[in-house]
Amino acid sequence: MTLTSYFMEATYLIASILFILALKKMSHPETARRGMFLAEGGMFAAIVGTLVGAHIVTWVWIIAGLALGSIIGAWMAVSVPMTAMPQRTALSHAFGALAASLVGVGEFLVHANQMTGVTRGALGFEVMLGALTTTGSLIAAGKLQGVIAGKPIQFRGQNALNLIVFLSMTASFLYFWMHPEVVAFFYVMLGLAFVFGVMLVIPIGSADMPVVMSLLNSYAGLAAAATGFVLSNNVLIIAGTLDGFSGFILSVLMCKAMNRSITNVLFGGFGAVIAEATSNAGGVMREISLDDAAMQLAFANRVVFVPGYGLATAQAQHACRELGELLEGRGVTVKYAIHPVAGRMPGHMNVLLAEANVPYSSLYEMEQINPEFPSTDVAVVIGANDVVNPDARDNPKSLIAGMPILEVDRAKSVIVLKRGQGRGFSGLENPLFFKPCTTMLYGDAKSSLSHLAQAVQHV
Amino acid sequence: MNPAVLIASVYVFALAAFLGYQVISRVPPLLHTPLMSATNAISGISLIGSLVLAGAVRNQLSAHILGFVAVTAATINVVGGFGITDRMLKMFGKRKPQANPSREAAK
Repeated sequence: MTLTSYFMEATYLIASILFILALKKMSHPETARRGMFLAEGGMFAAIVGTLVGAHIVTWVWIIAGLALGSIIGAWMAVSVPMTAMPQRTALSHAFGALAASLVGVGEFLVHANQMTGVTRGALGFEVMLGALTTTGSLIAAGKLQGVIAGKPIQFRGQNALNLIVFLSMTASFLYFWMHPEVVAFFYVMLGLAFVFGVMLVIPIGSADMPVVMSLLNSYAGLAAAATGFVLSNNVLIIAGTLDGFSGFILSVLMCKAMNRSITNVLFGGFGAVIAEATSNAGGVMREISLDDAAMQLAFANRVVFVPGYGLATAQAQHACRELGELLEGRGVTVKYAIHPVAGRMPGHMNVLLAEANVPYSSLYEMEQINPEFPSTDVAVVIGANDVVNPDARDNPKSLIAGMPILEVDRAKSVIVLKRGQGRGFSGLENPLFFKPCTTMLYGDAKSSLSHLAQAVQHV
Repeated sequence: MNPAVLIASVYVFALAAFLGYQVISRVPPLLHTPLMSATNAISGISLIGSLVLAGAVRNQLSAHILGFVAVTAATINVVGGFGITDRMLKMFGKRKPQANPSREAAK
């Protein structure tokens, strides 16, 4: 080994350590940002180390790629609004996975003849995971952006077709593994992986995206880890594995928050089952006027806001925070209850509220806030439906039975802000809306909230 | 890849998985979005593989082009990922409004 190679290996070791430290610092919002500086430093060191130590002979392509990527990346980082964070993250998964699979293809082109069986196996995983994550993430991003219909796309024999594609992909992988000299099978495998990625995501509805995002995150990481096995590069293995596991942990958490298994999310096509199994929670919904609602809020001691994705689609975060601050100014204790799947990716709602300057100390997780609902005077549900549906807890026949919910119905009174009388994404009737303690305030969440704020000022 | 290297790699993988589990399960749900975007940026480390592909082989146009696309994609991932993570974490770093008189004054 030459001196420059030692230098390169040293930077990789430093990068690995810095990445782990960075994730450790993510355990608290006050230290998280400093942690990211460490990770950025680690990444920079690894890049410099590679450029110095990897015997680079042509620089044109490298410089062009780095420049172009930096421009696009920086533009994305600055321009993307927080509401579009899930799409951006999905796109980012696509780019990362594409890079991993292209490195695999390149490795195949250059070194196919010198590869051992183990390397070929890792290469197969790298290319397959990378390719299916690329197209899968693109579809997810399209759905989240609204370019592709968010509804699950399903057809007869879908699971059978998926199985056939999956088996053919696996078969070509095995054939490539045994007979690397037959180049065609490598490319068949690659093509089928691209197709499989699409097939995997199209049957999944937008509301299940938190799980899909986490899974794709995990796949992208594992693809990078497989790259590390192909190149015998430890920093790739470490960084990829960290990413893979973080995605895996998040998918498990998201599934728990919806009380569903991963297979059910992937192959169940939940959003397609419309309203057949609803309980007949009949009754009347009572409407409340703005002034009455404002009065209720202004004279409450404890108010809990329960934001759902409807808050984000109505762009009502700022209006919500303003109302909250006004109430706090009157001595009302204001808290925000965040369900783990409120939003389109894990933790999305927290980011949206933080952007609207809601201090993170007012944001409460489900387990923390649920015991507090009985002593809450007014719970304000904004654009949330299934996550506050008491049927999930009380009605074992409900489609969402067993899903952990925010127990809003235990509050002394509930005001539900809703566009109209329609049902949530799952098409379930929500008995909460018919409870005697519940009143409905119809209209666009943003204008309702700012009118409420005005009315509170005049109380 | 010879067996000794493979075994070492599997060790690294297993230990990283264990460590990742320990570290990441401590991240509060509050920060799950920044976590995902941060780990995503970190996994952009496949950039170093892309750099080698784009530059370390002489006169093989297909490898250069693949490498160029891979470097671009991975750089987008790294720069965009870290940039946006920082933007998010900046928002979480803010103090409570009570402790920040300048916001009251701005009203």
